[in-house]
Amino acid sequence: MAIEVRIPTILRSYTDGKKAVEGAGETLSELFADLDARHPGIRERLVEDGELRRFVNVYLNDEDVRFLDGIGTKLSDGDSVTILPAVAGGMR
Amino acid sequence: MRFDSPLAAVGHTPLVRLPRLSPSESVRIWAKLEDRNPTGSVKDRPALFMIEQAEKEGRLAPGATILEPTSGNTGISLAMAARLKGYRIVCVMPENTSEERRQLLAMWGAEIISSPAAGGSNTAVRVAKELAAEHPDWVMLYQYGNPHNAGAHYATTGPEILADLPSVTHFVAGLGTTGTLMGVGRYLREHRPDVRIIAAEPRYDDLVYGLRNLDEGFVPELYDASVLTSRYSVGSADAVARTRELLAEEGIFAGVSTGAALHAALGTARKADRAGEEADIVFIVADGGWKYLSTGVYTAASTEEAVARLHGQLWA
Repeated sequence: MAIEVRIPTILRSYTDGKKAVEGAGETLSELFADLDARHPGIRERLVEDGELRRFVNVYLNDEDVRFLDGIGTKLSDGDSVTILPAVAGGMR
Repeated sequence: MRFDSPLAAVGHTPLVRLPRLSPSESVRIWAKLEDRNPTGSVKDRPALFMIEQAEKEGRLAPGATILEPTSGNTGISLAMAARLKGYRIVCVMPENTSEERRQLLAMWGAEIISSPAAGGSNTAVRVAKELAAEHPDWVMLYQYGNPHNAGAHYATTGPEILADLPSVTHFVAGLGTTGTLMGVGRYLREHRPDVRIIAAEPRYDDLVYGLRNLDEGFVPELYDASVLTSRYSVGSADAVARTRELLAEEGIFAGVSTGAALHAALGTARKADRAGEEADIVFIVADGGWKYLSTGVYTAASTEEAVARLHGQLWA
């Protein structure tokens, strides 16, 4: 099961500078564990005490997983996961 | 329809079904055409409402000066209302804002104070707050924290949608000041407790993010996460692709932030269709494409080329 994971600039030190990597897992939690096996240390930057870190946003097919099932959100083959530093607000 | 003055013609916008972009007979997507307001954007609603409420509260009286941090539509709406009502208006906007916007503001008589480009709107807000402290007689309506911004949508946009489409199941809009989502969301939920309220947040390229750091994350005072059911983050490429799709498939010429809202509406529609749910999904067309023509995204030969043209620019 292949899931594309888009990596923000500040975490590309873990992915040899790659903007996107592939991973696998039934849930987001499993996906992060899978990523950590090939990119050691990345999970620690995303997860704290079994929850998403406060200043990290994760999107499943562009939808914020905090409004889905958080780190327990279920994944399907072909899904796209985007990791971003949390920045709110906009231009109006 | 007949109105007693141009300002009275704010709102009452068409709600149109998008037969080609709706995924099925049972999952229908509807566009609320807010570009049909007097100055061409959804911001006419909160701008006029904030001014009228300030008049009622005695904060604004003839001859007063209005101050507002804005890079676009809100300033244009406020400037038009200020001219018709006889107020002076000062807009604080980032120095790298486009020439079209400066001309639109200037033609309605707004005075423009430039704020440094670094930090974008966040810096404009900070500069405006400093000016407000220096000029206590100026009235800052402050769209990011003024409850009458959301109040305008609670009083007008929400009721219009429910009257036109009593079967509404989802509401989707862009997330900027958060006023549209908060106001419409609260109104619809009072009348349709199961309604889903979905935000579409712009996601910029790394180049634009480079101007900010995490500590500068700015959350508008109006924002209440409990109103939202879901939140989408939409990148420039998807926003541009959907803006072009809306034009090609349904003939609607909209600004790029509308493409982001459509992207979230289509994602929502796909989920409802897969789940076998009946859905009436309303999204907001915040403005027309006129102010973005110079980006070239509408006439580019391909979506890839259009995305490249928009690279590094703020579009919402």
